[in-house]
Amino acid sequence: MAIEVRIPTILRNYTGGAKSVEGTGATLGELLADIDGRHPGLSERIADGSGLRRFVNVYLNDEDVRFLGGLETSVSDGDTVTVLPAVAGG
Amino acid sequence: MLTIGRALHDKIVAHARADHPDEACGVIAGPASTGRPERFIPMTNAERSPTFYRFDSTEQFQVWKEMEERDEEPVVIYHSHTATEAYPSRTDISYASEPGAHYVLVSTRDPERTGFRSFLIMDGVVTEEEVRICADADRADISGPE
Repeated sequence: MAIEVRIPTILRNYTGGAKSVEGTGATLGELLADIDGRHPGLSERIADGSGLRRFVNVYLNDEDVRFLGGLETSVSDGDTVTVLPAVAGG
Repeated sequence: MLTIGRALHDKIVAHARADHPDEACGVIAGPASTGRPERFIPMTNAERSPTFYRFDSTEQFQVWKEMEERDEEPVVIYHSHTATEAYPSRTDISYASEPGAHYVLVSTRDPERTGFRSFLIMDGVVTEEEVRICADADRADISGPE
């Protein structure tokens, strides 16, 4: 078992076009580090040193992780993590 | 070129007028790979601001999930400018994240005339495209019986 990470169109150049990838970890931060090992550069588009990027939404199952624990949010086998770019502008 | 039915065009304009002076925003979904805007989905501007918009993140997740289940795409992403012209701002360009979408800009600056323009925004490059508004009766392919 693993954790499925669903990738938005705009980041699929990091996954060879795949709509989702799998990874492991106890927290969202560990999961992103794990998938970055196979898809270098992907994690940096989602989070930087100070946390999740402001205009990227990450959901654990169907909840925005900003309302959970951000990168510290616990994840486990069978969960689905969805990444969506925020739709925003001025 | 963006081809859009009169009724959908009018719904976008009505939403923008209703939320003025705050920016209004939303999506028109359509069947994947057809480029046909069909299903009007007004979104909550979580910023409730006259100068900025951002889809509510939880609502966005539900809408994107529903589109995937229905094999749809966000064909049009629209928002309004309430004090400036219907042209993408620098922030619109830097946050544009759906390279396949038509970005529709509506200006409600003038109370009498509503600006309505469409753009492709890809890798920071803005390309304006023609907007063709068609009579809804022309769209028998989508409005007729199954």
